[in-house]
Amino acid sequence: MKKYQLGEFEEIVMLTVGVLYNEAYGVSIKKDIETRLSRNVSMGALHTALTRLEDKGYLKTFDGEATEERAGRPRKYYQITALGKRAMEYSRSTREELWRAIPKMALQVKIV
Amino acid sequence: MTPPRPPQLFLRFFRWYCKPRLRNHLEGDLMELYNERCAALGKRKANRKFIVDVLQMFRPGIIRPLYDHKPINPYGMYKSYFKIGWRNLAKNKGYSFINIGGLAMGLMVAMLIGLWIYDELSFDTYHENYNDIVQVMQHQTVDGTVITEPAIPWPLETEMRNTYGADFKYIVLATWINYHALSHGEEKITKLGIYTQPDFPEMISLHMIAGTRDGLRDANSVLVSASTARALFGTDDALNQSIRIDGRHDAKITGVYEDLPHNTTFRDFQFISTWDLYVTTEPWIKPSATNWGNNSFQLFAQLNPHTDINTVSKKIENVKAKNSKEEAVLHPRIFLHPMRDWRLHSEWKNGVHSGGRIQMVLLFGVIGVFVLLLACINFMNLSTARSEKRAKEVGIRMTMGSVRRQLVHQFLSESFLVVALAFIIALACTGAALPWFNALADKHIVITWLNPVFWLISVGFILVTSLLAGSYPSLYLSSFQPVKVLKGIFKSGPRASLPRKVLVVVQFTVSVALIIGTTLVYQQIQFTKSRPAGYTREGLLTIQMSGPEFFGKFDALRTALKQAGTIEEMAESSSPITDVWLNSNGFTWSGKDPGLAEDFGAIFITAEYGPTIGWKMKEGRNFSRDFPADSSAVIINEAAAKYMGVKDPIGMEVTWGSDRLHIIGIVKDMITESPYKPVRQTVYLMNYRWVNWMLLKLNPARSAHETLAETEAIFKKIIPATPFEYKFIDDTYAAKFDAEERIGKLASFFTVFAIFISCLGLFGLASFVAEQRTNEIGIRKVLGASVANLWQMLSLDFVALVVVACVLAIPVAYYFLQEWLLSFPYHTEMAWWVFAGSAGGAIALTLLTVSYQAIRAAMANPVKSLRSE
Repeated sequence: MKKYQLGEFEEIVMLTVGVLYNEAYGVSIKKDIETRLSRNVSMGALHTALTRLEDKGYLKTFDGEATEERAGRPRKYYQITALGKRAMEYSRSTREELWRAIPKMALQVKIV
Repeated sequence: MTPPRPPQLFLRFFRWYCKPRLRNHLEGDLMELYNERCAALGKRKANRKFIVDVLQMFRPGIIRPLYDHKPINPYGMYKSYFKIGWRNLAKNKGYSFINIGGLAMGLMVAMLIGLWIYDELSFDTYHENYNDIVQVMQHQTVDGTVITEPAIPWPLETEMRNTYGADFKYIVLATWINYHALSHGEEKITKLGIYTQPDFPEMISLHMIAGTRDGLRDANSVLVSASTARALFGTDDALNQSIRIDGRHDAKITGVYEDLPHNTTFRDFQFISTWDLYVTTEPWIKPSATNWGNNSFQLFAQLNPHTDINTVSKKIENVKAKNSKEEAVLHPRIFLHPMRDWRLHSEWKNGVHSGGRIQMVLLFGVIGVFVLLLACINFMNLSTARSEKRAKEVGIRMTMGSVRRQLVHQFLSESFLVVALAFIIALACTGAALPWFNALADKHIVITWLNPVFWLISVGFILVTSLLAGSYPSLYLSSFQPVKVLKGIFKSGPRASLPRKVLVVVQFTVSVALIIGTTLVYQQIQFTKSRPAGYTREGLLTIQMSGPEFFGKFDALRTALKQAGTIEEMAESSSPITDVWLNSNGFTWSGKDPGLAEDFGAIFITAEYGPTIGWKMKEGRNFSRDFPADSSAVIINEAAAKYMGVKDPIGMEVTWGSDRLHIIGIVKDMITESPYKPVRQTVYLMNYRWVNWMLLKLNPARSAHETLAETEAIFKKIIPATPFEYKFIDDTYAAKFDAEERIGKLASFFTVFAIFISCLGLFGLASFVAEQRTNEIGIRKVLGASVANLWQMLSLDFVALVVVACVLAIPVAYYFLQEWLLSFPYHTEMAWWVFAGSAGGAIALTLLTVSYQAIRAAMANPVKSLRSE
């Protein structure tokens, strides 16, 4: 079912936007993902994902203040929309369903 | 401290490629990170990371599209344009009719002219060796002027073949095209034919239906055209049949070829026989083989491929002068005239190319472009005039997000729609008018419906015309400011109507110039036609003496015809009365200027010539068979008397070669050659053997039908082997005016269209102006203006424009027509009333066109127009 499509990176971005709540803009999201998940996030990948999520209607934006360290450019803050919330929930529930469906035996493996 | 700056090149690159929507905050993010890194890691590392960031952002989601407004699918928009355009046309039916009708007419004229020009330009391209075929011609200096002619002496052929043969693939000597009697059994016909050397059919790539192109190798052979074969043999096979030419020589048909198409120089002849046969039948020409002075033949050749015509021309230039001491005094210069120039570039003035028919092609091309331009101007004028009606639409479209380019496209597509409709109508009209146009222009033009080139040109034509006609309206309409338009402030002021006025002036300048031009062409033709011919043409008919059968029967025929009372008189002469075939020099007389390289037309006639044609003696007497000494007598015309410059020429002695002749009479000038030129000095000599043409003056007391039938019966008895074929001098004389009359008719046809199109446009404009000023007219009427007042008010604007057009057109027309008239030595004078009349006519026509609308608007009930607001 392709009702709510959310890629892995997109899901991370959505979750981070949620974590940061009202402080979610490009640089803060990047830093948060980098610190929490200790993985490198390129600006290009992040902004393509953000734009795509906005186009899908999962995120909405509002303009923030322009500061000196940003050379007078405003911040663009992201927020999760209702649709975005439902997409996240859907993605989570499908995952949990899958987790539940795995027979216990299957997970009795050890890392050798 | 100034904040650190990231690498500008990459920042600029980023700004260039980034979507405008994202640019601002992305740049903010980049800068924030950069500043942080600068503080933490130092400028160099920050710079490097910045560059990596910028490059990593160069990816599909962030790069902007190439154009700001990227239409996902433009067809929908175009569909809508056409739909709106169509609805607009359907809504304003009268206006659409004027617009499309005018344009269709302009297109039709342009198409006809285009087809005509194409036909002229493709003349002779039927021949496969079109690019390599040449005619050998010569310039000679006579009396100080250089005369250029295609007639060349026979030895030139031998010399070229022997000395310069390497440059030519074929060299072919040929006679002139002449009428010859052909017979097979009882079937007798007269056809134009030519005698040539055997390579001729191969050279001009005849399309053979039967036999081969190589059929002229045997002296007694002949190739006939399909139509000749049909005339002689019907449906029977003509190949290998034997026919008799001119009643004396039998020749075997060795081939039948497809008739040459109408647009070829060689279309006239219907059979080709051999040069050798010609020499056998006309023994008098045998000595010409070595006589460089007898310019009586035609010489055609085909150059070898990759041979430059100019180089070869240079090589053979002095061939004649080198080989003949006697001829060298005339400075003969031989040159090659390529086939591609035969039709259009065949006039020389004093040895220099002076154009030819190409001028006609250019003239008509210009007229065609002008007529099309007039039609386009109509379209532009009406579209811009109606722009106020569309202004609101444009305003709304602009506020809804149309950019200028889209509006330009919209109006261009509307113009394309109109032009395409007009084109379809024009195509139908052209097809219908073509037979009639062909008759008028003496052409066999057909529209090649299946020819892709034709369609390519047609589509190009539509595109060019719609661009031409639609460019101004589309640019004008799309330049409106939506705010003004929608607020209703927009009013086309005087500035907006100025281009319209200029266009009307242009239209009428062209029209008036065309009116003046055609009037003068007609005047010139009428003037020349009314020029006294110097003899009586009524009831005069001529028969070419094609064959030995005719000779020595003059007296018998004359007595028989006179006894039967069918003719009044008959005579024979060496030239048809409408031409002079022999030009000669070698005359001397006492008192002759020794420096004069004289040149006379010479005509041999029988004694009855004068009474037959009814020439008028000025002094002296006619030839008479009662005076045996008249065989050495000569009659000169007035022009000759003037040319010789002697006071009392009667009785004077003139030496011609070894003959001593005395002048017995002076005859009044007769038009024998071009009626546009002064009459040439001509001498008439009495001779009963060197004649080629019979002249019969029918008995005017009886009906021509009766006398002709009886004449034919007697003719058949005395000259049985030749068909009785005659021509009325009236017709041949009238043919002298054919070319000019044809031009006159074509030009007047185009002029009528040009004027009509202009008037149509004016009509449309006038109706628009009247509509626009309805309220004003209503108020004026209420305040007491009369219909006459209003009519004057509405018409005067247009009349003023046409007056300006007349002022512009008259000097231009005067200049060009003066030049044209001066090209005829015998020409009419330009009368002031032609100009006045044309200008007056144009103004009257304008008034007529405008008045209908003006009076209708003036007569309308003001209550109706005023209540609407």
